[in-house]
Amino acid sequence: MEGPPNRPAISVSGLRKSYGDKVVLDGVDLTVAEGTIFSLLGPNGAGKTTIVKILSTLIPADAGELRVAGHDVVRSPDAVRAAIGVTGQFSAVDDLLTGEENLVLMADLHRLGRAEGRRRVAALLERFDLVDAAKKTAGTYSGGMKRRLDLAMTLVGDPRVIFLDEPTTGLDPRSRRAMWQIIRELVAGGVTIFLTTQYLEEADELADRIAVLDGGRIVAEGTADELKRRVPGAHVRLRFADPAALESAARLIGTAARGDEPLTLRVPSDGAVRSLRVLLSLLDQQSIDVDELTVHTPDLDEVFLALTGHHTTEVSR
Amino acid sequence: MTALSLAVTDSATMLRRQLRHMLRYPSLTVQLIGMPVIFLLLFVYVFGGTLGAGLGGAAGAAVGGDGRDEYLAYVTPGILLMTVGLCATGTAVAVAMDMTAGIVARFRTMAISRSSVLTGHVLGSMVQMVLAVAVLLGVAVAIGFRPDATPLEWLAAFGMLLLISLALTWLSVALGARSKSVESASNAPMPLTLLPFLGSGFVPTDSMPDWLRWFADYQPFTPVIETLRGLLLGTEIGHDGALAVAWCAGGTVACFVWARRLYERAPVR
Repeated sequence: MEGPPNRPAISVSGLRKSYGDKVVLDGVDLTVAEGTIFSLLGPNGAGKTTIVKILSTLIPADAGELRVAGHDVVRSPDAVRAAIGVTGQFSAVDDLLTGEENLVLMADLHRLGRAEGRRRVAALLERFDLVDAAKKTAGTYSGGMKRRLDLAMTLVGDPRVIFLDEPTTGLDPRSRRAMWQIIRELVAGGVTIFLTTQYLEEADELADRIAVLDGGRIVAEGTADELKRRVPGAHVRLRFADPAALESAARLIGTAARGDEPLTLRVPSDGAVRSLRVLLSLLDQQSIDVDELTVHTPDLDEVFLALTGHHTTEVSR
Repeated sequence: MTALSLAVTDSATMLRRQLRHMLRYPSLTVQLIGMPVIFLLLFVYVFGGTLGAGLGGAAGAAVGGDGRDEYLAYVTPGILLMTVGLCATGTAVAVAMDMTAGIVARFRTMAISRSSVLTGHVLGSMVQMVLAVAVLLGVAVAIGFRPDATPLEWLAAFGMLLLISLALTWLSVALGARSKSVESASNAPMPLTLLPFLGSGFVPTDSMPDWLRWFADYQPFTPVIETLRGLLLGTEIGHDGALAVAWCAGGTVACFVWARRLYERAPVR
């Protein structure tokens, strides 16, 4: 791509969008560095999909400066379209065509030429484990297969910026992990990924930076670790065999508090292996035996409660 | 590549997509081709004896023979128009189905010619219409339809059919894009299959009560039917030819603009 190497792949400032008198996006600012995974985290109705639709030129914004892959979204939508790929939460495959025909359709629309198109289609079928299903119509695919085909179709045009709108919603855990692996490989290849999700775990696994969207505003932004530190809900629960061990541990760890159950302590922690190791070796040095250790990481609801002061379920569309 | 050659390439790609759909699910095409044939047989063999006897005058005189043959000659242009109207219904349904599907949202995020999705539908439907018209004419000839058209008149008749197909297809693409559901899309073009009845398609308009005759004489299907009848059977065309072409050209342009605007504005899921 042209331009300086450190130019952001996506930059948004002052993005606003209303439907009638209902404000969906109320001044969103965000920047995504090239070659990184940026995750937009938020509950249903927070406005995540609206941002993706606006940045992918599907719907116009009411206000805001928007640039994707170096192009202005409003002034040169076709240049943006040529640089992006979009996989939404609703499958964007042609159910009446086979998996292979869907990919060939994309190759034709990207005007790849016959030989190059065929080569790329074959490679994508292989990579997304769709070779056996290539001749079956997409309507017969399982949810996970459809999502893989969907993403494969997005990749036919070799996009520099990829929007993934809740790419794993509705998938079983195995398909979800497979999708995560694919996403990691993509970013290793240098593309920029804008990922929306309702799952903190997903953002945590994949994203370099996470922004939390709530009520049409970004309420927090940072790395996964930075965000978790802001959430008090994260802690380690230790259970001891006898009161003596409990007492010495409580004296040893200044931040510990008594747990809800007898013989337990609550120690605030981000739950990372590194900090667990520090905690356990500290107890080990004092020869304090721990019966049981459970890590409690905050879920999305707790993140929301901490960052926004209300539960996800209270956020109405 | 220029904008035009891009539009042509993309439209050709979209046409291939439509043809694949047709081949994969031929039942709709078979239904669209079969229905007019059934109507033709119904009108000729069930109603034809009586209706043909009542034709009289100039309309039937060109053909001669008994009432049924006379009516076959009279009704075929009307059924041809009905064929085109039925195919247009199929188009509206296909477009409405497409608009609710995620694949069209994907097309919108791609750097392709904006109208190619709709153009693909139009071209696909025209292929369907040509097939349906060819089958209907084949059946009509097989049961005794004997047009006296010269090759040039045949060509003109096909040209007329293509023009009205183009206008009706763009109209039904717009109706399909406008529909909120597939069900309403299948109802919207219903008047298209009824209009030949409320014109000169099945009986001469001078047999109708005055108020209906006024409508029948001035609605767009009547000049098209009269032009086809004139070209195929040698009846008087008069100013109907120019009128028919004007209706078709005007309709095509208006519906093309309307359909494109609807496509641009259609709410995205």
